[in-house]
Amino acid sequence: MPSTFTKTFDTPAYKGTVTIPLGLYINGEFVDPVEGGTIDVVNPATGKVVTSIAAGTKADIDIAAKAAKEAYKTSWGLKVPGTQRGKLMSKLAVLMEEHIAEFAALDALANGKAYNTAYGKDNKGAIAVMEYYAGWADKISGKTIETNEKKLAYTRHEPIGVVGQIIPWNVPMFSLSLKVAPALATGNTIVLKPSEITPLSALLFCTLIEQAGFPPGVINIVNGYGSTAGQAISEHPLIEKVAFTGSTLTGRKIMEAAAKSNLKSVTLELGGKSPNVIFDDADLEQAVKWAIHGIYYNHGQNCSAGSRIFVQEGIYDKFLDQFTEQARAIKVGDPFSPDTYQGPQVSKTQFERIMGYITSGQNDGATVHLGGKQVGQEGYFIEPTIFTECQPNMKIVREEIFGPVACVIKFKTEDEVVEQANDTSYGLAASVFTKDIDRAIRVAHALEAGTAWINCSNQAEISMPFGGFKQSGIGRDLSEYALENYTNVKAVHVNIGLRL
Amino acid sequence: MSSFTYQFDTPSYKGTSTVSTGLFINGKFIEPVEKGTIEVVNPVNGKIITSVAAGTAADIDNAARAARKAYKERWGLKVPGVQRGRMLSKLADLLEANADEFAALEALDVGKAFRAARNGDVSASIAALRYYAGWADKIQGKTIETNEKKLAYTRHEPVGVVGAIVPWNFPLTMLSFKLGPALAAGNAVIVKPSELTPLTALRLCPLFVEAGFPDGVINVVSGYGSTAGQALSEHMDVDKITFTGSTLTGRKIMETASKTNLKKITLELGGKSPSVIFDDVDLEQTVKWVSHGIFMNHGQACTAGSRIFVQAGIYDRFLKAFTEHASSLKVGDPFARDTYQGPQVSQTQFDRIMGYIKSGKEEGATVHIGGERHGNEGYFIQPTIFTECKSNMKIVQEEIFGPVAAIIKFATEEEAIEQANNTVYGLACSVFTRDIDRAIRVAHSIEAGTAWINCHNSSELSLPFGGYKQSGIGRELGEYALEHYTNLKAVHVNIGHRL
Repeated sequence: MPSTFTKTFDTPAYKGTVTIPLGLYINGEFVDPVEGGTIDVVNPATGKVVTSIAAGTKADIDIAAKAAKEAYKTSWGLKVPGTQRGKLMSKLAVLMEEHIAEFAALDALANGKAYNTAYGKDNKGAIAVMEYYAGWADKISGKTIETNEKKLAYTRHEPIGVVGQIIPWNVPMFSLSLKVAPALATGNTIVLKPSEITPLSALLFCTLIEQAGFPPGVINIVNGYGSTAGQAISEHPLIEKVAFTGSTLTGRKIMEAAAKSNLKSVTLELGGKSPNVIFDDADLEQAVKWAIHGIYYNHGQNCSAGSRIFVQEGIYDKFLDQFTEQARAIKVGDPFSPDTYQGPQVSKTQFERIMGYITSGQNDGATVHLGGKQVGQEGYFIEPTIFTECQPNMKIVREEIFGPVACVIKFKTEDEVVEQANDTSYGLAASVFTKDIDRAIRVAHALEAGTAWINCSNQAEISMPFGGFKQSGIGRDLSEYALENYTNVKAVHVNIGLRL
Repeated sequence: MSSFTYQFDTPSYKGTSTVSTGLFINGKFIEPVEKGTIEVVNPVNGKIITSVAAGTAADIDNAARAARKAYKERWGLKVPGVQRGRMLSKLADLLEANADEFAALEALDVGKAFRAARNGDVSASIAALRYYAGWADKIQGKTIETNEKKLAYTRHEPVGVVGAIVPWNFPLTMLSFKLGPALAAGNAVIVKPSELTPLTALRLCPLFVEAGFPDGVINVVSGYGSTAGQALSEHMDVDKITFTGSTLTGRKIMETASKTNLKKITLELGGKSPSVIFDDVDLEQTVKWVSHGIFMNHGQACTAGSRIFVQAGIYDRFLKAFTEHASSLKVGDPFARDTYQGPQVSQTQFDRIMGYIKSGKEEGATVHIGGERHGNEGYFIQPTIFTECKSNMKIVQEEIFGPVAAIIKFATEEEAIEQANNTVYGLACSVFTRDIDRAIRVAHSIEAGTAWINCHNSSELSLPFGGYKQSGIGRELGEYALEHYTNLKAVHVNIGHRL
């Protein structure tokens, strides 16, 4: 297979040439996979194959894990002081910034999101995350703990060793950064599998690693399918922790594989069916804008998408009118056009899944208030869609659609809406819109979700933890809290006088 | 409802204990749905003491309903931390008022010496409940700076309904280590004691009521692991499992969680903890600590220092002194005043340990002392020392969970560390040396969740406890335990950001 892929972009949003290697990045080098397989990368705007990348399997994960373990023992971990780890991460962030346009172009190409979004949100965000954790690298602390004066007792927050990371396709570079950064800051080495659907930006990232000064083997990036390379990471005896973002179904498989292999610890960021609760007294104009952002951002391909919109009856008609108007105005089109808000869904499989849900909504008796159809003839574009007359037992209300499909549901009382909002096996996020201070906080606290947004929606902060209650996941990403996922707590008891 | 009354008339304790033997659900003792029972055996003589109710999936379901209702209506954050703390303190007081009786029951059920049960298990249980009583009103989140158009904070909320599966080696203590943080953080709990040792958990139930815990907040369902334990791990309305026990069962629980509702899990599993002894030690103290490390609780401790690495220069003197000390340990009736070591807990455990001893002999290790059954009845085993051990022997790699020490000579620090880390386990370790650099360097180099320097099995409630590698996931004790009993919620309040 050819070793690199070069694409020249000549579009309104971006003009430039990008070259990326296509191999597996293991121990500081690009290598061919042991079993020689490849995976086609498709442009979802056209449905056409863009290039093929190397596909790693179990044998390659084994090589990567061994390289990562060796690097951990000899040239990383606590041998490299936190300040030094932080410096390398800062350098990496600078390099990511230098190449931000190329990263954005690759994400827009493979994922289908608007170039401007990939640039201004995904990749600016990825750089900010890397910088944030670079600052944590020399601030990892344990405690000294009082017991009695015949003992010195303290804890250390040590790196775990080799960690495995499996990232999704919906925000490729942002996901990569938020996984890699806390792991590096705390001194771990990494074997990371990007999504096989959106591997291109990760391959560009590989070219910056050595330049930033990381020793070989510290960061290894192995593209491949979930069922082969991903499974191999979950099972590998040298990998002592696995962090995954993706579907609940796959999350279960990973936890099962961990249980059956070496009991590696597991953090999971899974799906959601997040409620957006809008009371009569909300600032309507703002509530509509935030609700649009909550469900249609990233084409609905967002784990914390506010996909169930509960509107109090007093404001329902006005809300629906304005919400519909703004949804209708969403520009769906070519990711490389500067005024595009929504590109295609990421793949044919996702497209068909979403269209399937739309059909199911119609069959179950919900009303397609807006949209419901494909846009255009090629690629995987779907109209921003609104369902009304939804009942709680409908599939479109219960299951995660992961597309630009909103379910709008009328409610009367606070108690009723809290109960309905919590009637789900998910618990990732929630929003509440009201000006009443008591109600805002009371409802935010009553909703069973790892993130509650008051008078906003899907506005994450790098310094705030993010993760799920219930079946939306285990553990937290971002903020100081994520560091816990990547450290082993050791308690040291020094006997300085207790005699038997 | 049936109960069991036992009359103790022993040198260590005289008194009567009455224990209800039903399932304790929603504040009352009731019969199990399927009417099964489990026999409780006295390991001193293999005779049946009594039988207790055996809960199954239907009972776990009833308990989970009761716990959920209690959590929603009369527990969780509806009850301020200071009140939760008061109830835990009251429970500690009640346990203390009945300390001897609980120690006697534990000694009867497990076979451990009354003295150890009283001064070790029961004291630690009281202390743990008091320690976590103090945390109950000190659960904190953070406010986090983002920008001035947002108020951003975290809450450390209770998880909800917690399942606690408790082992047989320190029944009351392990139960307290789990109840303490679970209740302090505002969770409702379903306890499944070990089917081998349910008595102290059952005896504790009336104290829950007296301490003022609302009905349903704490439920105790005795039963087998494969039925009641499995049902708890599978239950779709149980939010978390905390488990202490074998690595094998730990795997099943994690797998079950993955296949049901992805409930959170913390696992405290097995170990094969190394004790590393350098040339320059205080020999007398080292021998005592190392002996305590392996022979405490008859070797039935997850942190047992079962692989003893002794530097060449001190090997002979250490072996002589250690052997002498081990030979002086009194094996006998748990209620005799001078007993150090009682029987192993069950026939199954006895057979397992004797099997390992046999394997050690077959693989060519030398039985330096012990290696045989003690006496003719019950499950007593002589304190045993193996020498001439090689790292690939079963007795060196696998957890025996009995009074069996494997002694291995080493030359250099690097060699000792490498051998110490040559295990899938990582629960604890100890290093003995006077050299400050070496002590800390080696303690830091051994891959284990607890490192003891110049001591072993010297636990502290305020320090976290748990395993690296296959010894577990998560931490108990200390402030750290609270993380595992809380759900982290991030709240973002927009106070000015307009789209």
